[in-house]
Amino acid sequence: MNPEVSGVDTVIDTVSAVFMVVGALMSLGAAVGLLRFPDLMSRMHAATKPQVLGLFLLLAAVGLQLRTWWVWPVLFVAWIFQLLTVPVSAHMVGRAGYRTKHLHRELLTTDELEAVVQKAADKRDADDDEASGPA
Amino acid sequence: MSRRRISLRQELPLLVWLVFVWAALWQDFSPGNLLFGALIAVVVARLFYLPPVELGGRFSVVRAVPFAIVFLGKVVAASFQVLYLAVARGPKVSNAVVAVQLRSHSDLMVTATGHVISLIPGSLVVEVDRSTSTLYIHGLNVRNGEDVMSLRKEVRDTEAGLIRIMGTKEELAELKQEVAS
Repeated sequence: MNPEVSGVDTVIDTVSAVFMVVGALMSLGAAVGLLRFPDLMSRMHAATKPQVLGLFLLLAAVGLQLRTWWVWPVLFVAWIFQLLTVPVSAHMVGRAGYRTKHLHRELLTTDELEAVVQKAADKRDADDDEASGPA
Repeated sequence: MSRRRISLRQELPLLVWLVFVWAALWQDFSPGNLLFGALIAVVVARLFYLPPVELGGRFSVVRAVPFAIVFLGKVVAASFQVLYLAVARGPKVSNAVVAVQLRSHSDLMVTATGHVISLIPGSLVVEVDRSTSTLYIHGLNVRNGEDVMSLRKEVRDTEAGLIRIMGTKEELAELKQEVAS
């Protein structure tokens, strides 16, 4: 072991340590958000965003510590799948939550979806009435 | 087969991605493994046939790299913003659901915009109206009309960036016209 290598090692160790601490902090932030935010929608923000960055930082720390190039593609794939799936799950939960009224309307300053959902619901009710009427 | 075949050129990004995932999971990028992965990718793409993704036919790397860097920066900013709001505002945070009409009607564009917008500060897609390509976005910490306007601008700008990267020529021309006027 020559001193140059250990110098590089120190730098890599420091960087990965910082990454791990900040990544863990992000996960903590997500947990705090889940507890503190008032309704489902704002909790979804906490569940999606800090967690994506937290995972990125932790994966980067793993990659730096293992020091083999072939783990990088795996970590990359893991993160990309996270990026692709998180918005979809957030969208599905948010959509279901909105329609089942799991939100505090008094906390919304504007709501441009309410009228649209209401209209769709009225139309469906009318269709149901029509369908059940003659029978 | 009643379904329209798509050209190999259109299928290529999917195949390349499948081969990459295969090689990454085996942690082996040797030519033999890549070849076998390509074989499996073709078989999988033939057997489990998905509706073709209609690509715009162009991809600008020059635009994509800065966009990706800005995007990463925004993911970092988003995380710290949510962290700050969670600690400082908590239960008193005020939100809004905003309708944003997008320019493009292509599924890929709407999906990509929705994904990017869900990961950058303060916005989350709640509902998509495919027929009019309108995104209904839940904004965190939207206190007044001004915030609504800036959220809407943010979404439209994101879409503009994506059109510059991989939109069709027609979309790009429309965008240029809009910027010029």
